[in-house]
Amino acid sequence: MPDLRRPLVLLVLFAATLAGWPAQAQLTVQITRGVTSPIPVAVVPFGGAGPLPVDVAEVIGGDLERSGRFQALPRGSMLQKPSRAGDLDFAQWRLVKTDYVVIGRVLPEGERSAVEFELYNAISGERLLGYSVPAGSGALRLAAHRAADMIYEKILGVPGAFATRIAYVSQEGSGPARHWRLVVADADGENARTIVDSPEPLMSPAWSPDGTRLAYVSFEGRASSIYVQSLVSGARERVSGRAGVNGAPAWSPDGRRLALALSQSDGNVDVFVLDLASHGLLRVTDDPAIDTEPCWAPDGRSLFFTSDRAGRPQVYRIALASGERPKRITFEGAYNARPRVSPDGTQLAVVTLDQGSYRIGAVDLASGRSRVLSGGRLDEGPSFAPNGQTLIFAAREGGRGVLATVAIDGSVTSRISSPNGDVREPAWSPRTAP
Amino acid sequence: MNRIFSLGLVLTLSLGLGACHNTPTTPAAGASSDTVAAAGGTTAGAQSGDAGQARALPGAGTQGADAQLLAKSTIYFDYDSSEIRADQVALVAAHGKRLAADRNLKARLEGHTDERGSAEYNVALGERRAQAVKRALLLQGATESQLTTVSYGEERPVAEGHDEAAWAQNRRVEISYGGGR
Repeated sequence: MPDLRRPLVLLVLFAATLAGWPAQAQLTVQITRGVTSPIPVAVVPFGGAGPLPVDVAEVIGGDLERSGRFQALPRGSMLQKPSRAGDLDFAQWRLVKTDYVVIGRVLPEGERSAVEFELYNAISGERLLGYSVPAGSGALRLAAHRAADMIYEKILGVPGAFATRIAYVSQEGSGPARHWRLVVADADGENARTIVDSPEPLMSPAWSPDGTRLAYVSFEGRASSIYVQSLVSGARERVSGRAGVNGAPAWSPDGRRLALALSQSDGNVDVFVLDLASHGLLRVTDDPAIDTEPCWAPDGRSLFFTSDRAGRPQVYRIALASGERPKRITFEGAYNARPRVSPDGTQLAVVTLDQGSYRIGAVDLASGRSRVLSGGRLDEGPSFAPNGQTLIFAAREGGRGVLATVAIDGSVTSRISSPNGDVREPAWSPRTAP
Repeated sequence: MNRIFSLGLVLTLSLGLGACHNTPTTPAAGASSDTVAAAGGTTAGAQSGDAGQARALPGAGTQGADAQLLAKSTIYFDYDSSEIRADQVALVAAHGKRLAADRNLKARLEGHTDERGSAEYNVALGERRAQAVKRALLLQGATESQLTTVSYGEERPVAEGHDEAAWAQNRRVEISYGGGR
């Protein structure tokens, strides 16, 4: 598939559009490889009373382009810029070879602000969508992302994942000034805010299934602990501060338990499950090898995890409460670690050793076949979008940590980079994030 | 830190000269330590010369080598391995003897890995390295209560590069002394 390697010349510089935001918070999104024939779509500037605080059409167009499946028509090529259906002249849109046209309006702030949008098939003139998305104060961008989700789903038949967020760790400075920040941002890198700032490492952020809390590892106090922090109130609780390693938290699908990696005092890391209400601890694995990086199957009845019990790290699956021995899942390649299962439970994303490089791989759980999705040298930490279509992961570029995305079929990649520091350990939020 | 180091060094030397160095866990340790404490840094300089001359004295040469070794406090490892390399054994042993000779000394063992592979697996690997060093120190007579371990995995590299030279520097356990005095 050589065509997939062809760089698609799309540059989406969101960072430049929002002057006045904290510079270090900004991430820049760049599509590095797209599908060979992206769908042409025109997102016409939205109408509204006076200048809009957010360029809604640009947000929607940016989302669609970033997915790699769409190509947005530049505004300079638009022969008309209507915001109402009555003004639409489809002949003009066919002339500029656009398949779909999105028009809309922003209803004024104050009473009930909302984003009204309509999606038209430019060939047939058919109206495919018409919605009003509520946009309470400061929620215009979110409303635009929701509109993009609906447009994506209408055209491709798969839900979008634009109105979601990502958590990641940013490491800045060097020597004694080095510090780590846990950041939560919109899926397009905007609206970044720091959740934790620490002079000691922060690791492994994990979203609760309802998107209201993050579990993460912090080395504050010069030893590892696992914290759970509310994104609503900011309150946090240390849920594990045992001797040795406290790592790799993963929420159960019901949000009541955390799978963790603990070494306790004997120094050997095994997988455990912690009940968050009772604080009861259940040992899941007991092996002299390293067992870590647990990940729940969507039904909550089994865990995938990394183990080097066969010599090198490979992924295993263990059924909880069955007493059965873990079953090895990955066989191709000398190194497969850090499993993440797709929302539908059919695919496993892993870090895999491929021709001497660490890359993101996907294993089809039914057939056991694996394929390599990314092309970096030190790619790490894949995390599924809630629609299962895209993975976000950490890559190295010119010695710096950046975030990148790749479609689960390998067809589309993009790069999200921060102007400062190393960005790592991304975790994509569930769809229900507030 | 300097003072602690020279004390430990002088103590190790005096033990080595005064008794068979295989049995350093003598109650005399406390007394010797007090005795040489007064001598302080002046003896440390003289000792290296002594060690050079005293080739015929069994144990003296070893102790001199230990003194040199103790200036180093980082143990290096091979890729994805927590086995103590042959070229690191003497260094670990020197630290073990130092701890055995001074029960008040406490050491923190920090395990680290290179940046390759997944972050949490590397935390587990770093812990395993710290535990391997801990076991080796215990074999030399150090006690559990003197040692604590922590693993930072790949999070705290000393070499910032992204090649084998940097990775080799980063696959390590750092021994740091503190507390107890």
